[in-house]
Amino acid sequence: MFKNVYNWIDERLDITPLWRDVADHEVPEHVNPAHHFSAFVYCFGGLTFFITVIQILSGMFLTMYYVPDIINAYASVDFLQHQVAFGQIVRGMHHFGASLVIVMMFLHTLRVFFTGSYKAPREMNWVVGMLIFFIMLGLGFTGYLLPWDNKAYYATKVGVEIAASVPYIGSYIADFLYGGDIVGAQTLTRFFAIHVFFLPGALIAMLAAHFLMIRRQGISGPL
Amino acid sequence: MSNHEQHETAHRPVQRKEMSRRQFLSYTLGGTTAFMMGGAVLPMVRFAVDPLLVKKEGGDFVKVVEESKITAEPQEFKFKIHQVDGWYESDPELVAWISKGEDNKIFALSPVCKHLGCTIFWNTKGHNEYDCPCHDARYSKDGKNLAVANSPLDEYEVEVKDGFVYLGPIVPNTRS
Ligand code: HEM
Ligand code: FES
Repeated sequence: MFKNVYNWIDERLDITPLWRDVADHEVPEHVNPAHHFSAFVYCFGGLTFFITVIQILSGMFLTMYYVPDIINAYASVDFLQHQVAFGQIVRGMHHFGASLVIVMMFLHTLRVFFTGSYKAPREMNWVVGMLIFFIMLGLGFTGYLLPWDNKAYYATKVGVEIAASVPYIGSYIADFLYGGDIVGAQTLTRFFAIHVFFLPGALIAMLAAHFLMIRRQGISGPL
Repeated sequence: MSNHEQHETAHRPVQRKEMSRRQFLSYTLGGTTAFMMGGAVLPMVRFAVDPLLVKKEGGDFVKVVEESKITAEPQEFKFKIHQVDGWYESDPELVAWISKGEDNKIFALSPVCKHLGCTIFWNTKGHNEYDCPCHDARYSKDGKNLAVANSPLDEYEVEVKDGFVYLGPIVPNTRS
């Protein structure tokens, strides 16, 4: 059945080369944990991506209940966690995943560093990786405000005050992030928009660039 | 002489000053694209940076306490201001530490620690200083930063009228 459907489509659109081009590539021995167990360090990049996918999916589902409003945000998070079936789990995935993604990214960066994979011709991928790192930090910072509890409020206040200490342009950065003079209604809507639209969009673009470059250049050689 | 010149130019390839058709088309198409993208993006950018450009409201002065209650020892006073936060209006309570300085002038300090924004209190450790519970910043009675924080406590603008102390907007410390 499935095969027939596939063949029917393939006859018309010739889709086999499309996915073969993505899927068919050698996994060299030195990155395959089945050959050398220590090669598991090469898995951290994939694990980072796996958790990123979980963040994006769980985040999309959280927005089915969450409202970015100073009166209702806390109540909506309380509701989705305690009243909605599996809410504990879906919010838990997003909450703990946010920390785990940083851990995985850090381990992946260590692997790249100690295998010297950032060297020519892969310098641009190191730079893109750093941009991904900062986007992730931005997602963590903006997401942390969303539950609108005391911890969220003060973390944001302190975070923006640190940004405000940048010479010359600090106060403009702070006004832009606050959306006013205080952590308030406009800060919450702003952080929500940045958290669920702007940064994920930028993240996906950077990940695409990251993976395209890896396919072009292949995985770096053994030590 | 003129013959000679003509002879020279005849050998050179024709050099036209006009741009080529291809160049003209890419300039017009590029210009149109830039104009259309600008038209689309500009409103959004202006929309996003609006909070940077709206005029800050000059805060009104609020009646806080009788002048006669103010002592040389700082005391904590609470008062309410009217706050507009986007589409929400509220009357949050603020705190000021008011005292008389050595110059006999009444001044009011903001309780927000200049290190990372915790709330400071007068004399919790018995040194006649303001102390911050978070990372042990200390400030003198005038708000001068003595440890941890790198700037003095902010002040409220003070107005004394008809025997009452009125407090206004927060300004940088003027006393240290
Ligand atoms: C790699 C990407 C992401 C990271 C690191 C991240 C991080 C975070 C963090 C730290 C929180 C606070 C969680 C808590 O206090 O329990 C949060 C909340 C939230 N995030 Fe994300 N996030 C990511 C992607 C997304 C995406 C793509 C969406 C939506 C499309 C999203 C939607 C939300 C929502 C609605 C909340 C509020 C609910 C809650 O606090 O549990 N997130 N995020
Ligand atoms: S916030 Fe007051 S000492 Fe750090």
